[in-house]
Amino acid sequence: MDLVLQLLFTGIGIGAVYALVALGFVLIFRATNVVNFAQGEFSMVAAYLMVVCVELGLPYWLSFVIALAGMALLGVIFNLGVYYPLRHRTYLPVIIATIGASILLSNSVLAIYGPQPQVLQGWFDTPGIQLGPVYLDSQYLLIIGVTILLVLFNFWFFEKTLLGKKLQATSQDKEMASLLGISVSTMIMITFIYSAVLGGLAGILVAPVLFVSIQMGSTIALKAFAATIIGGFGDVAGAIVGGLALGVIETFGAAYISVPYKDGFAFLVLIAFLVFRPQGIFGERVAEKA
Amino acid sequence: MSASDNMIPAPAVRSKPLIIRHLPYFIGAAVLVALAAGMQFDGYILNILLQATTFSIAVFGLSVVLGLCGQINLAQAAFFGFGAYAVGLGTADLHLNFWLCLVGGCAITLVAGAVLGMSTLRLGGHYLAMVTISFQQIVTLVMINAIWLTHGPDGVANIRRPELFQSSQSYLAFCVAMLAIVGYLVWHLPDTKLGRAMRAVRDNELAAGVNGIDVFRTKVSAFGLCALLGGLAGGLFAGGFAYVSPDQFSFAESIQFLTMSLLGGVASPIGSVIGTGLLILIPEWLRFLKSVPGLYLAIYGLSVILIIRFMPDGIWGFVSDAFTRMRAHSKAPPVAGALQLKPATSGGDVVLEVTGLSKHFGGLKAVDGVDIAVKRGSVHALIGPNGSGKTTTLNVLSGLYKATSGKIVLDGTDITNMAPHQRTAAGLGRTFQNIRLFRSMTALENVEIGAERPGNTMIGKGDDALTERAMEALTFVGLGSRANELISSFSYGHQRLIEIARALASNPTLLLLDEPAAGLNSTEKLELHELLKRIAAQGLTILIIDHDMTLVSEAAQHITVLNFGRRIADGESMAVLRHPDVVSAYLGSE
Repeated sequence: MDLVLQLLFTGIGIGAVYALVALGFVLIFRATNVVNFAQGEFSMVAAYLMVVCVELGLPYWLSFVIALAGMALLGVIFNLGVYYPLRHRTYLPVIIATIGASILLSNSVLAIYGPQPQVLQGWFDTPGIQLGPVYLDSQYLLIIGVTILLVLFNFWFFEKTLLGKKLQATSQDKEMASLLGISVSTMIMITFIYSAVLGGLAGILVAPVLFVSIQMGSTIALKAFAATIIGGFGDVAGAIVGGLALGVIETFGAAYISVPYKDGFAFLVLIAFLVFRPQGIFGERVAEKA
Repeated sequence: MSASDNMIPAPAVRSKPLIIRHLPYFIGAAVLVALAAGMQFDGYILNILLQATTFSIAVFGLSVVLGLCGQINLAQAAFFGFGAYAVGLGTADLHLNFWLCLVGGCAITLVAGAVLGMSTLRLGGHYLAMVTISFQQIVTLVMINAIWLTHGPDGVANIRRPELFQSSQSYLAFCVAMLAIVGYLVWHLPDTKLGRAMRAVRDNELAAGVNGIDVFRTKVSAFGLCALLGGLAGGLFAGGFAYVSPDQFSFAESIQFLTMSLLGGVASPIGSVIGTGLLILIPEWLRFLKSVPGLYLAIYGLSVILIIRFMPDGIWGFVSDAFTRMRAHSKAPPVAGALQLKPATSGGDVVLEVTGLSKHFGGLKAVDGVDIAVKRGSVHALIGPNGSGKTTTLNVLSGLYKATSGKIVLDGTDITNMAPHQRTAAGLGRTFQNIRLFRSMTALENVEIGAERPGNTMIGKGDDALTERAMEALTFVGLGSRANELISSFSYGHQRLIEIARALASNPTLLLLDEPAAGLNSTEKLELHELLKRIAAQGLTILIIDHDMTLVSEAAQHITVLNFGRRIADGESMAVLRHPDVVSAYLGSE
């Protein structure tokens, strides 16, 4: 029982990271109808930026701010360089371009930084606290806390602010939004910045738990995408629930079934959902209008 | 060409057998094979050629699935690996015959590709991209971790070649021959029934389904074929290099295949060979790039973005585009005879019987308990104000929406639960309000896809009969002389006519026309009216939706009126148009 609780805690912690990246996927998908396959690379780049800043001797909080600012800049460049020129084409070229961007980002970092995984210190000096039978790692607590805050922020931002409503309007009907005087390209730019920052945040938070490596981006992205399908594609709540569920499933799978195949469980769950419930937990079936 | 040169109205010319028309290709291929067998290469060159040859076959697979069918596959290296490990483990560990292993490997990849495709291809392209990446990752995990089977990271050594091709030189010749054969098949594929279906699915899935193409099966076939070619290439690769290890089949390799395909031109096997050749040679020339890990892959990533942005059809696409543009006008289409419409009949008086048809979207009752009976040989109109449920009714009839309740019987066959392509096979033809043509194809090819409807009794066997039927249909709507032009060069009104021709070519039992007059100018509307008369004169039953009351009242003998999803009037045209409910629905009541 103690082990189960412990695994549950760890699973939710890691699942929260998937949820954050999945949220980034969903936001971009809703704004542009395109899945950004470089979403995971945002996490990876942010983690490396963080490592670089900390190694330079900057304080942790300053490194954090610089890394997130860097991600915002990356979001801008990504939009202008990858999405924007292709915005009038079908989704397939855009997907391929984002895959190209993902390869470019991860291998540029590899070329600059080398294949050696890096270690990033956690935010807190205390490694964690013992609560009854369960040991609560401080970094996981931080991840869970930040995720809760961000979910609340998201809700407030998209439902209560004018900017959030403009973004929603853009994602639902670009033509109508532009007729109402909303600048669609600005809204899409904001979406890219926001989701790059979200992805970066996830990367920085998870970095002390995993190693900072070139592969961390694609691993996280794969699972975050599986999370969006499990939750219901394009659904914000679904992305979060899906992410948490996947983290828990994976942690238990690794503990009770097989460690080397840990990364395979996400795929199996994904396939199961695709076959039996492709619309996910919350989603509705989408059909093209004739 | 003699008949069309003399402009004598005669059926399309019988073309020479393919094998003779394509003789230059086979002669060229034979010369290449002889060169590969006869020239003395040193080991380094030989390896590069062997790699280029086998990789090209794998990239052919991508030109089928991505180029022809518009579906993405980011796991081609995994399928390549399946074939390679089948030959590797089979010949080195189990001491089986090479050919047996090669065929077995191909069978495994075909099944794996089809199963993977079946699990995902019903959904959109994003799912497919992510699922193939996942599949790729899992295959790599298994190759590394299932040491009892795959030897893990050590890989498989001492892979054997067939007795016949022991020397590297003869093995290369064998691979080049395979490349030539597979290349020929892939090159010819777009002009086959399956190939046309794939292109139709790529251009417009909905229209493909409504024209009798089983969209799902077509996609799975394309995906399976792609995997199969990957497996074949992998098997040949393993035999060539005698050693395989998991890192040769990683995600990075899948991306490399994709880049090769995009660079050369995704739509053609020639592009595949160009792209593969370049991407194998360039890194060899720029070997220094490999000294920095990641650098050359980063360049691949950048090239993918740049190619997609600036050269979407790749090198060969760029070249061949210019070529076809020069040729398109010089090639005159064959002259066709008159179009025969012989709608199938089971003898009953009513062709389409709809009873209690409903379609609800959540709480919205878009169509609510509608009855329609369309008499054989009549022109029947379905009218109603905006939002009355006309187009929804048509979409339920053609199977794009599933009916919430009710029954649809077409000429004695219950089609209520059929998929769109099955309804088409049962005799339904339709056009769309917002034109859905296959935009990368010529007018003739569009209509050929219609003519190819399963169960069309009006075409004979073979491609010539198909072309003839399609030409007749295009001539019938007045566009025969422009048959070989691309869809984009036609005006809106003419595109509408091509869509009608596409439906007519399939010799339907019932023709559904969804607002055919929308967006036409007054001259075009008159022409459309004439066309409808000529169609009706051949006994084809038509169900038409339109807003144009002049057209409807002149063309239709019978009218059904919908409002708010319900039937408010039904009967002989003039009587219905004077019906007080109809007048108030259109003009409002006092």
